[in-house]
Order: sequence, then C-alpha cells, then structure tokens
Amino acid sequence: MAVNIDPKNTPPGYEGQGFFATTLDKAVGLGRANSLWPLPFATSCCGIEFMATMGSNYDLARFGSERISFSPRQADLLIVAGTISKKLAPILRQVYEQMAEPKWVISMGACASSGGIFDTYSVLQGIDRVIPVDVYVPGCPPRPEQLIDALMQVQEMARNERRDYRQSERYQKRLEKYGIE
Amino acid sequence: MFNFKLPIPSKSTTMILLQSLNSSRDFLPILLMFIVAAGFVSFVMIVTQWLGPKHKSKVKADSFECGIEQIGNARSPFSIKYFLVAILFVLFDVEVIFMYPWAVNFRSLGAIGMFEMFTFIAFLLIGFFYILKKGALKWD
Repeated sequence: MAVNIDPKNTPPGYEGQGFFATTLDKAVGLGRANSLWPLPFATSCCGIEFMATMGSNYDLARFGSERISFSPRQADLLIVAGTISKKLAPILRQVYEQMAEPKWVISMGACASSGGIFDTYSVLQGIDRVIPVDVYVPGCPPRPEQLIDALMQVQEMARNERRDYRQSERYQKRLEKYGIE
Repeated sequence: MFNFKLPIPSKSTTMILLQSLNSSRDFLPILLMFIVAAGFVSFVMIVTQWLGPKHKSKVKADSFECGIEQIGNARSPFSIKYFLVAILFVLFDVEVIFMYPWAVNFRSLGAIGMFEMFTFIAFLLIGFFYILKKGALKWD
C-alpha cells in the first residue's frame, strides 16, 4: 500500500531514493521555519491566550515551537503578548537586543500593536515605537487561530529570507531606524 | 604407556579461548559511537558558525539580567559547609566503588576476603566517627 503523503511546503529540489537535495538557502530556510523557538514576553490577558494556544487544543508546538524559552539567547521569535507600559519599554528593548540573529517579532493583541484601549500616559502606544515588528496580530485578545496564523506568516518569512539578509545594509538601516546598533 | 591423551583442547574450545584473548576488539563499537557523537557536535558547531549571521553589539554582549542593567557581579563568598559535604561524599563514594568488585566476586574471595573488606570498611568508619564528633556535618 503506497502512502500518499504530500508535504505542502517542500522547496523545489531533486528527490531520490531516501534523500532530497535542494539549494542551501532553501534548506536553511526550511530548518529555520520549522523550528521557531518562541520567547513569550507575556504581560497580561494575551499571555493567557498564548498559554491556551500552547495547550493541547490549539497546540502551537506542532509548528516547531516546541521549546519556549524565557532567555533571549535561546529564542528565535519574540512574541510580545500584552500591554507594555512605558516603564517596561527599555526592558523589552534590551531583551530584543540580546536575542541572537535571526530573530522575528510577533506583536500579539491590540495593546502590543498600538496601545489598545489604554490610550494613557503610562502605556506605550505600540511596541513598534521601540523594536522592529514583523507580524501584528489584532484582537483583544486574539483567538488562538489568529496567533497560529501569525506564526505561519513568520514561518513564511523565515522560509524565504535571504541567507545574507541579517548582514546586509537593509537590515542595518532597519535597526538604525529604532536606534539599535 | 603411550595410551594417555594429552589435554589438547578441541577446535571449538581453541576458538573460544582465542576470542577471549582478543577482547579489546569488542570495544570498537564504543569508540565508533564516541567518534560519531563528538563528530556530530563539532560538525553542527562549525556549520552554524559558518552559515549563521553574526551581529555584535555592546548591549547584546552584556549578561542577561531580564532586561535590566547589570548590578555588580556574581562573585560573593558562600558557606564552606557545601564544600565539606561535597568532599566527604566523594570520599565515601570511592569507598562504595571499591565495594562493587567485592560484590561481584563475593563467593570466590571466601571468608578471608570478607574479613579483609570488613577491615577496610572499619578504617573508613573510624574516619566517619571522627567527622561526626568534629561536627563537620552539622548545618548550623
């Protein structure tokens, strides 16, 4: 009985008996996309929703985010879930800077994306005032399916990223816009 | 007078005896496993250094202290009782290690072997009573 498996996102390459050959960029992209280890920077209600997404019903782990870490040195993906106050902003920036390249950021929820309903003196109106963001997830809180969709978009970005993007001028300019050297 | 048989072992017994002499060859799979493990680790480390992006900055090189500024360093004196417990453990653990071959060869060593081991343990027990009397295991 032949098993009919059709992996959806295989890159173009040459297939043979027990091996698969493709370009280095595609292979690295495949590895990076399917093993994004998140750092949940969870502050409030979106953090609880993130916990629910990691649970067995919605299971973020099947996308490769099996090992979450609270240390930026060991994480690829920073998920900022919750309201970030202005007092917390430099801390968020420090945590982002201490992550190793390549790194991606998901801004989960309305508060992280734009301050949410808290348009006040103490709340940072969107984390993109301090760090560069890759995917914004609207919602208060967003449903787990929305977070999974955001993760899949980050996977798409990781799969198609050029291997020298993090060393390039464009990336350097992006960081300089936020004052990060 | 020429009817006795020399105790020459048969062919199968000879083969078994010769194989027991070549026992160092039995350790070849362990060497191979060690080479594969060390090789995989060094391969992955070298390849990620070569393929991965590098971006150095001062903030990135600071110690991670949950995003806040680092205060002082982690060198502070701590109590010597931890060292004492650790070193005494090493001593008595070595004693237990010496007891493992005794456990394996218990019968063939006989009663004399048992009393020799008892003397060994008695020497170490004297040391143990010294430690107890000196209060080295008291945690206050």
